[in-house]
Amino acid sequence: MKSIVAIGAMLLASTSAIAAIHTVEAGPDAQERLQTALIEAEPGDTVQIGAGRFELTDGLSLDVDNVSVRGAGPDESILDFTNQVGSGEGLMVTSDDVVLHGFAIENTRGDGIKSKEANRIVYDNLRVEWTNGPDASNGAYGIYPVESTHVLVQNSRVIGASDAGIYVGQSQQIVVRHNMVTHNVAGIEIENSFFADVYENMATENTGGILVFDLPNLPQMGGHSVRVFNNLIQDNNTDNFAPEGNIVAGVPAGTGVMVMANRNVHVFENVIQDHGTSNVMLVAYTEEFDDPNYEPTIRDVVVRDNVQGRAGYAPDFEGGEQLAAAVGGTLPPVLWDGIGDNIIVNDQVPVLSLGLTSAGQALSEAQPSMAEIASEETPDAPEAVVLPASMEAALQ
Amino acid sequence: MIRALAALAGWLALVSASAPMPVAQDVITGDTLPRSLSEFRFFTDGIGHSPNDRVRPYALNTPLFSDYALKNRFVYVPEGQTATYNADGVFEFPVGSALIKSFGYPADFRDPDSEIRWLETRVLLRRDSGWVALPYVWNEDGSDATLRRAGRRMPVSWIDANGETQEISYRVPNQNQCKTCHARDDEIALIGPNARNLNDGVRLAQWVDWSILDQAPDDAPRVPVWDDPGSGTLDERARAYLDINCAHCHEREGSASNSGLFLSYNEDQTVARGILKRPVAAGRGSGGRDFDIEPGHPERSIFVYRMQSRDPGIAMPELGRGMLHDEGIALIEEYIAAMDEQS
Repeated sequence: MKSIVAIGAMLLASTSAIAAIHTVEAGPDAQERLQTALIEAEPGDTVQIGAGRFELTDGLSLDVDNVSVRGAGPDESILDFTNQVGSGEGLMVTSDDVVLHGFAIENTRGDGIKSKEANRIVYDNLRVEWTNGPDASNGAYGIYPVESTHVLVQNSRVIGASDAGIYVGQSQQIVVRHNMVTHNVAGIEIENSFFADVYENMATENTGGILVFDLPNLPQMGGHSVRVFNNLIQDNNTDNFAPEGNIVAGVPAGTGVMVMANRNVHVFENVIQDHGTSNVMLVAYTEEFDDPNYEPTIRDVVVRDNVQGRAGYAPDFEGGEQLAAAVGGTLPPVLWDGIGDNIIVNDQVPVLSLGLTSAGQALSEAQPSMAEIASEETPDAPEAVVLPASMEAALQ
Repeated sequence: MIRALAALAGWLALVSASAPMPVAQDVITGDTLPRSLSEFRFFTDGIGHSPNDRVRPYALNTPLFSDYALKNRFVYVPEGQTATYNADGVFEFPVGSALIKSFGYPADFRDPDSEIRWLETRVLLRRDSGWVALPYVWNEDGSDATLRRAGRRMPVSWIDANGETQEISYRVPNQNQCKTCHARDDEIALIGPNARNLNDGVRLAQWVDWSILDQAPDDAPRVPVWDDPGSGTLDERARAYLDINCAHCHEREGSASNSGLFLSYNEDQTVARGILKRPVAAGRGSGGRDFDIEPGHPERSIFVYRMQSRDPGIAMPELGRGMLHDEGIALIEEYIAAMDEQS
């Protein structure tokens, strides 16, 4: 018995020598104590955030590989940026193999949590919230990984982002699952990214539920290979509260899924309902651009086996009402601008094509008609994204 | 005996006064993070006024704006070595070099003799592993500065050039924030000491004379002084301003690489320079404006909107700017207004 205790003590000692836990409790000087822990952590260490509210004035940052930042839970450990006076985000991560788990970020002036060039990052069981609800003065992105390979965002809630709740940009090998995004302009946005699986999320009461976009003049373009499946995408009718000038400020309220300027996007087996404008919108990028390497149209897009409910009863774009009146009072649940190659919709719901022929063409030139773009032969969806085992293991 | 000791002490004091200990080379190249700035012996006085041997003050043609703080810059290169000249980027400094920059405010900007309160000194140490950036905060009596890796906020006030009292919560950056600006491909890199921004016609040759730099070619590039119309065209001065104030992040290998907005002095793609470029992840920073720069229209350009804001969700640069740089804003407004609307 004694020897077991001794061995246990030895194990504990050796573990602590390898991986330390830096515990930070709420209270005075939280800014400096928390930031110091994030700087002094060594690879393998955990920064443990205690329960309580941490009043912070400046962004925090982590730049050490293989560190876990863990809180007591998304409603227990709250990093409160209501009085933030510096930095563009609440928490910034710039190192690899980081796990963020079990805490909340509230009321940042800019983005909530950003990670850049942070490969194999895990966002798990977090909450990012602007507590006053939809407001143009809220920060832009809640959870914001960018320029990274292997990204996992799961079990998290984002509420009130004035751009996108969960925004993955210029990345590849992405999994976004089991999240709840509400009252954001865009619930989940996958932008200029390759190989993304977005599944089993709940996107409700945003302006647009789930967006898959590609934009010009960026280091990584040509977004492709995205699967959006098994999500509940419902009642995304919140008035667009994005500051004007943002690209999402152009998303009509009442949009379920929107695919723009992407290739090989498959939207399947979702429940998509109660959207004033459209359950699914398939469009080209419409703004002028000066970038020879950018492709503004959609290609190889498949929409199939979704359960689609009511849609098109309150179209939120110019000419929408007249268009609805012309096709019988409400718009069909799927709206396609008519541009792009190999677009298939097998949902057994009507599809309205605007009959445009080139990206950027004025809506006044639309020649709307019902489109028959179902197909018995549907191409295979992109392969499932497989994350490194280390990422799943880090959650154990 | 006592008299002899006293004499000895006096002699020692005399010797140490006339020949101060040199810069602590081993501390620069070691693997510790010294708690006190004095451990480096960059200065022979506590307050950081009198540089030690081979610690040389320098200035830049167009410096980074940091809330109107006064900055003293020093460079140190070990004896027998020199930095390597490079026409395009920053110079390559040998291991053991250091760059030292102190930040402070005079009590009254109208009075050159008014007392200066030094707040912090940032050091960049060239070690075997690369550059290491450390922030040191001065103590109240100015006798030494202490390492504060997590940074710090402190209240500061002064009387500005117009005679108005200014008060801000001055932010000493944390160690990671040093890296935010100094990151190139995830390594810490220098920003200021490149040929074009050091070259004032005299300085490069001076650095060679001081055996800090290996060569000073006659045709070294040179950026203008941003607020001296005699030193360059409006376009050149605005580019120089954007280069030093923005391009440390807005560069292809910098922290803002994902934005697609690149403001290095020699960037030649007009969209990358912001002209008719739409925002990507600007959030509230777009301010309802469509383009970073709309030629001829500063009032419709996101650049100006973000320079005119103090809100951390909008303000650019993100770090080290709690105040508006009125003169810098005026320059960028003039630069955009002068652009051909058709361009």
